[in-house]
Amino acid sequence: MKVFDEYKEKLPLKIVEEVREATKGMTSDKIKKVFEKVYNEYISSLIDAGESVGLIAAESLGERSTQMTLNTFHFAGVAEMQVTLGLPRIIEVLDGRRTLATPTMEIYLKSPYNKGKDIQKIALSIKETVLDDIADEYSINIVDSTIEITLNKERMKELSLTPSAVLRAITKSSKSYSPKLKDERVILKVKGKEETLNEIYKVKENIKKIHISGIKGIKQVLPVRRKDEFIIITAGSNLKEVFKLNEVDCTRTITNDIFEIESLLGIEAARQAIIDEVSKVLESQGLDVDLRHILLIADTMCVTGNIKGITRYGVVSEKASVLARASFETPIRHIINAALIGERDDLNSVIENVMLNQPIPVGTGLPGLVTTFK
Amino acid sequence: MTKFKVSQHILVPKHIKLSEKDKKELLEEYHISLKELPKINKKDPAIQQLDIKKGDVIKIIRKSPSAGEAVFYRVVV
Repeated sequence: MKVFDEYKEKLPLKIVEEVREATKGMTSDKIKKVFEKVYNEYISSLIDAGESVGLIAAESLGERSTQMTLNTFHFAGVAEMQVTLGLPRIIEVLDGRRTLATPTMEIYLKSPYNKGKDIQKIALSIKETVLDDIADEYSINIVDSTIEITLNKERMKELSLTPSAVLRAITKSSKSYSPKLKDERVILKVKGKEETLNEIYKVKENIKKIHISGIKGIKQVLPVRRKDEFIIITAGSNLKEVFKLNEVDCTRTITNDIFEIESLLGIEAARQAIIDEVSKVLESQGLDVDLRHILLIADTMCVTGNIKGITRYGVVSEKASVLARASFETPIRHIINAALIGERDDLNSVIENVMLNQPIPVGTGLPGLVTTFK
Repeated sequence: MTKFKVSQHILVPKHIKLSEKDKKELLEEYHISLKELPKINKKDPAIQQLDIKKGDVIKIIRKSPSAGEAVFYRVVV
């Protein structure tokens, strides 16, 4: 219909769809009247020019976070998996921290793998296995300067590993040992300049960490039923490697590491991830913050094309004004640096004008008088 | 394994490259210069399949819970 097309330009898509639903069966004259009302209502509810939206967003989120329990831990199901939630998690996301306290992934599987059959097996094949996980015993032979590793057969069967596969993994990891297989035991000859006991002992400690199978960084796996499919929740995150697996549904698998999402899926995906993470925490605490505040914060963090945390190294360092940067943290350093390179401050923003006791460009302070000369 | 496409992921919105004409119209409509637009890295994974160079404007159509669809622009740097 013509009216709908006309207002598609002027109103958000969702509102147009809602009007379309509500006006089913009406004449086009009536629909037009409805649209006029809706349009006026929409225009009057838009935020005014010059409103300090950032301040409102900061207050809305800041006040709510004082209500949050300081340390909450979330346990999913019977097998416990620790995930940082609550205030610590919000700080982590908004500061743009690169190392997370508890990185986790939610791995979705393609059909038919998501029906629950063999889910345990798939989960275990993702989990990182080091030599120490499958070794029962290490013994050092001082005379031959070798190390004997007894492998745990049951553990290996669970992970569907063979002794020769283990041998290959050890051989691949370093050239300095030459492992051999001898009745279910791996015998390692240590090659080195000094074959002292101390040296061999050091090698023994090192080989414990040799990567045998699975994906690096995945410390724990937990198959969980979500709605009518099975997913795998992990402790530790490595999205890049997980995407390479055949069973994984790459379109839905996510991690809580925002920087990993940025490098793999781009800045827009990272922005969406920030929004999802923050609203997830707020929701779990039963707090109701309007989504638009979170959108604004996420947009600010992603404006430069890279993620910048709300810290003095992040978004604050992007400010054009010297005085604005100095007013946040470490003022003397900022002022000295600005003096050294001869920076100029045009006093275009709020905080520097507050310092200088001038009207600030917010609200009624924003418009200026323009006259035409004759 | 079939190569995974970044654009298929649920977190990634639609990225479209603007033509030179559309780009000019956009800048005129909002009375802004290119450097005032939000930025996107040239190496960003989501725009690799588009034929892009520095200074191009990418139109991003996001799904928004409050507006249904929201349009956003970023300039390639």
